Amino acid sequence: MTKPAVRAHSAETPASVTFQSVTKRYPDGTIGVDGIDLVCEAGKITVFVGPSGCGKTTTLRMINRMISPSSGTILIGDRDSATFDEAQLRRGIGYVIQNAGLFPHRTVIDNIATVPVLLGVNRREARAAAMELLERVGLDASLAKKYPYQLSGGQQQRVGVARALAADPPVLLMDEPFSAIDPVVRAELQDELLRLQREIGKTVIFVTHDMDEAIRLADRIVVFQRGGTIAQSDTPERLLIEPASPFVRDFTGDSGIKWLSLMSTEQIASGSSRLVSERDSLTPSDEWRLSVDDAGVAQYWIAPGQVEHTLATPCRRTFVVGLDPMRAALDSSLMSPAGLAVATDESQRVLGLVDFAQFDAAIHRYRSTAHA
Amino acid sequence: MLDTAWIWRNLPKIWDLLVQHAVLSYVPVVVGLLIALPVGIACVRWRWCYPIALAASSAFFAIPSLALFVLLLPYTGLTAATAIIPLTLYTASLLLRNIVDGIRSTDDSVRQAAAAMGYRPMRRLVSIELPIATPLILGGLRVAAVANISMVPVASVIGVASLGDLFIDGTQRFFATPIIVGIVLTAVLALITDLVLVSVQRVLTPWGQTRRSK
Repeated sequence: MTKPAVRAHSAETPASVTFQSVTKRYPDGTIGVDGIDLVCEAGKITVFVGPSGCGKTTTLRMINRMISPSSGTILIGDRDSATFDEAQLRRGIGYVIQNAGLFPHRTVIDNIATVPVLLGVNRREARAAAMELLERVGLDASLAKKYPYQLSGGQQQRVGVARALAADPPVLLMDEPFSAIDPVVRAELQDELLRLQREIGKTVIFVTHDMDEAIRLADRIVVFQRGGTIAQSDTPERLLIEPASPFVRDFTGDSGIKWLSLMSTEQIASGSSRLVSERDSLTPSDEWRLSVDDAGVAQYWIAPGQVEHTLATPCRRTFVVGLDPMRAALDSSLMSPAGLAVATDESQRVLGLVDFAQFDAAIHRYRSTAHA
Repeated sequence: MLDTAWIWRNLPKIWDLLVQHAVLSYVPVVVGLLIALPVGIACVRWRWCYPIALAASSAFFAIPSLALFVLLLPYTGLTAATAIIPLTLYTASLLLRNIVDGIRSTDDSVRQAAAAMGYRPMRRLVSIELPIATPLILGGLRVAAVANISMVPVASVIGVASLGDLFIDGTQRFFATPIIVGIVLTAVLALITDLVLVSVQRVLTPWGQTRRSK
């Protein structure tokens, strides 16, 4: 390729994606998507959720015209996507699919460099940029020369994300990218995506059937229902508190518990009176106490009446104040024999213990601001 | 049993026959590939082509090589073409299936990803689908090359020179040496050819050696 291809969009500013009464009707008469109106805000993560066969993937794929709408208009920024050349449009939109879909015959670095090379960037520059991206998605530079079959599923998916971001597209489409990944790695990838999004601020449109994943990632959740219509489009919080229909309520499941994942622990109060250093000798007490080491890291629980240090009941769960949600804090509380949550800072130093009264106060305070 | 003196005396002639044998075997592989590639690509692109091309190639494959040689004699005479044309068609028939299967072996997610990255169909074929088809195509080439090497001696019957000449010579004179030399050289040629193609495969597809499924 001699002359650089025309960029479909300017790279720096994320573009909104707007659906105007978009319908997808198949030749056999079935309706995939039925007249949806929707704005996916620029620079935000919009998550499409819903049961399978409700049109969420179809809707996603209409954005880069992998599927063409039967009627209606899709705007990328303020330009009708139908006016773009199809290949050019796609080069300007990042796309991540389930199982990554990496090119098996290309090294990791060349997989990542795919779109820039298609756009006419010379290979050496494209590779240099790809190396930076590799590290940005949390992969070691030593993987650059490896082939996809030599990577784990999680690593492949990270390469998939890097590849989608390589041309710095204003819009990033993610079609159930993490659903084939085991839960531990999935959580890692979700955190990684959120961290990355804080740096790059793309317009991300993410499809999943997992409500927890949606709540974790979304700025806005769009719930699809059978027949290819939108049941509700709202912030995760509003969706949980005020489901628009019985369908949404059923689909979100245990909304109250899920809501806990959205509640911040920043304001939660804790007490430090029941912390003892593991060096100090114990005075009898009728309360549960927690021993901490010199660095302030939680060690084990001391039962009421206990007067000697033992390792009998180690402290298993703690939460990081402000970083972990209320759900993690409650988990910490339920897992402790004392019924007390262990609040720490980011370096694992214990800040204090949270009892149920303090939970009650924190949750109440949170709810009143949410409903206001 | 083995008359080494005869071998020494005829070394230049044996060498010529070996070279001729190799040419008669390799040219059809190259030309056959050049024919089968576009046909295979067309068969992937327009599905209705494939059954027709497949039926034609299977029917063709059923014709004995000697019959074909004789059939061509009036047109091409005692030239190498009489041997090369049928072998080329055999090779093309054999490769067609490998090429079509090879191109189709591209994972659907890979094909989707390529489309979503903004590959146009032609470029996707050249830079994604054909490279992924390479191991299967090379596998077909190995079979075709070795099959040709073992089929070429038949051409000696109609007077096209190859190591097959040694079989005829030995049979006519009840003299074992040329026959043994012919067999050994044919086998060695086949073995070396196969080894070369295996190394080519190693070099071209470093990504496919221990390919594991997901």
